[in-house]
Amino acid sequence: MPKIKYIEHTGKEHEVEVPNGWSVMEGAVKNLIPGIDADCGGACACATCHVYVDPAWLEKMPPKADMEETMLDFAQDLESNSRLSCQIKVSPELDGLVVKMPKSQH
Amino acid sequence: MPEKIVIIGAGQAAAQAIATLRAEGFDGSLTLVGDEPFAPYQRPPLSKTYLAGTFERDRLFLKPDAFYTEAKCTTIFGVAAQSIDRSTKKVTLVDGRTLSYDKLLLATGSRVRLIRVPGADLPGIHYLRSIADVDGLRPTFKTSKHLAVIGGGYIGLEVAAVARKYGLAVTVFEALDRVMARAVSKPISDFYEKVHRDAGVVFHLNTGVEGFEGKGKLEAIRAGGKSWPSDVALVGIGIMPNCELAKASGLTFGDGIHVNEFCQTSDPDIFAAGDCTRHHGRDGAHIRLECVQNAIDQAKHAALAMAGKPSTYREVPWFWSDQYDLKLQIAGLIREGDQTVARGDPASRKFAVFHLRNGAVAAVEAVNAAPEYLVGRKLIGEGAHVAPERLADTAIPMKNIA
Ligand SMILES: Cc1cc2nc3c(=O)[nH]c(=O)nc-3n(C[C@H](O)[C@H](O)[C@H](O)COP(=O)(O)OP(=O)(O)OC[C@H]3O[C@@H](n4cnc5c(N)ncnc54)[C@H](O)[C@@H]3O)c2cc1C
Ligand code: FES
Repeated sequence: MPKIKYIEHTGKEHEVEVPNGWSVMEGAVKNLIPGIDADCGGACACATCHVYVDPAWLEKMPPKADMEETMLDFAQDLESNSRLSCQIKVSPELDGLVVKMPKSQH
Repeated sequence: MPEKIVIIGAGQAAAQAIATLRAEGFDGSLTLVGDEPFAPYQRPPLSKTYLAGTFERDRLFLKPDAFYTEAKCTTIFGVAAQSIDRSTKKVTLVDGRTLSYDKLLLATGSRVRLIRVPGADLPGIHYLRSIADVDGLRPTFKTSKHLAVIGGGYIGLEVAAVARKYGLAVTVFEALDRVMARAVSKPISDFYEKVHRDAGVVFHLNTGVEGFEGKGKLEAIRAGGKSWPSDVALVGIGIMPNCELAKASGLTFGDGIHVNEFCQTSDPDIFAAGDCTRHHGRDGAHIRLECVQNAIDQAKHAALAMAGKPSTYREVPWFWSDQYDLKLQIAGLIREGDQTVARGDPASRKFAVFHLRNGAVAAVEAVNAAPEYLVGRKLIGEGAHVAPERLADTAIPMKNIA
């Protein structure tokens, strides 16, 4: 199973295994990693699953669909490496991925 | 602070209440009772990806089991609460156990409205509220040919979209003159009806179902005085709040358990959150909401109040529905008499309808249009006034609209 490292806003790190096919958001929620709210459960409808992708991984990221792109556009503290974690599907290529959570999801 | 909190009903609201109670420092005993044999799970995927078979059951659960252990929350699943004795502050479960509480949260959700016509108990007639319901319905999609959807609400239409993907013929029977009439405005209804028609769905509007026909199993729908062949049916004609416990224990209720701005019932030690409640919305209207947002936000406010930090519930309601490749997102509440402003062209499958009330943005319905939805939601929260001409002008980006 791919390993993903989640870094809380405070700097606290969590490295967990996430099944292929799940989303990066689910990997956090199912492992009780704080910092992602995911109110809509991954429907790309709430924008409370915002993360920053470690720049080293940006190239390997699956592209953003239109919906994610526009939802993100309105996220707080948007950066060029911002993503909605519910829209990143975990795959073997993402083994080792590092994402960081923002200060707040609201 | 209370020492013992009991939560009845293990759904979306319950899971949130547990998280908030512990985050807000409640350190007393916490017990969750649910009648389904599962930990709290998300219902939205039930009529979408879970029905389609692209989202496994494991993924439905809102929290991992470790959440309840870490939160020191005792869980009792598969057992219903039977009664509440408010004088002794005890809840009795159907298996005879009693639980005493200092504060009690009712998060009992809602149940499907049953159709009461001849033949309604024939095998082949399904409803959709729970994991068990989908597990009963999905296999029939592989063996059936013709799905009848009774009720053109969003759940019925989501199921219709999935069934078309399975290759079933789909016919929708709707008693009103347009689809999703309770939830959306006419332009949105008309758009979705067309999308479904283009996908091959047949509609009978203004057509109430009079009965189900078949020998030993469903064979036809009786509607508009005719028989329409069908070997599987999904009934989605609305839900009813689960208020029996509240009613039997003398709490104020009426199409929902009545709660104040802190999600407190007429008994100061009993709170309620989610689909089972009725509250005064932002504009004062007495409303009952059926959505994830309301379950989450009411649960947060109920938990805050139980933890001794009451805060007024005033969040803007929001909702979504997925059908085919379309995401419908709604914020605010639509009312008869609103001024509606269209933005964008439905033919582009990307457009929105804004609703203005006394000049202020009161609601937005957005199809594949996240900026309209997100900015709209913010404007509604602020009670902002925006000129209709500006809202309609797609040359002005949503970011600069206000
Ligand atoms: C198919 C479907 C699709 C949906 N899609 C969307 C969507 O896209 N977007 C959206 O915002 N909302 C959607 N909803 C609505 C949303 O799921 C509900 O609003 C939400 O689940 C309400 O949460 P709740 O905690 O109030 O109730 P629930 O999640 O229903 O939980 C209540 C629980 O309490 C249990 N219970 C009841 N009485 C007792 C008792 N006496 N003792 C013990 N347990 C009891 C019930 O069995 C249930 O398990 C959908 C609902 C369904 C059914
Ligand atoms: S979980 Fe709601 S948008 Fe990602």
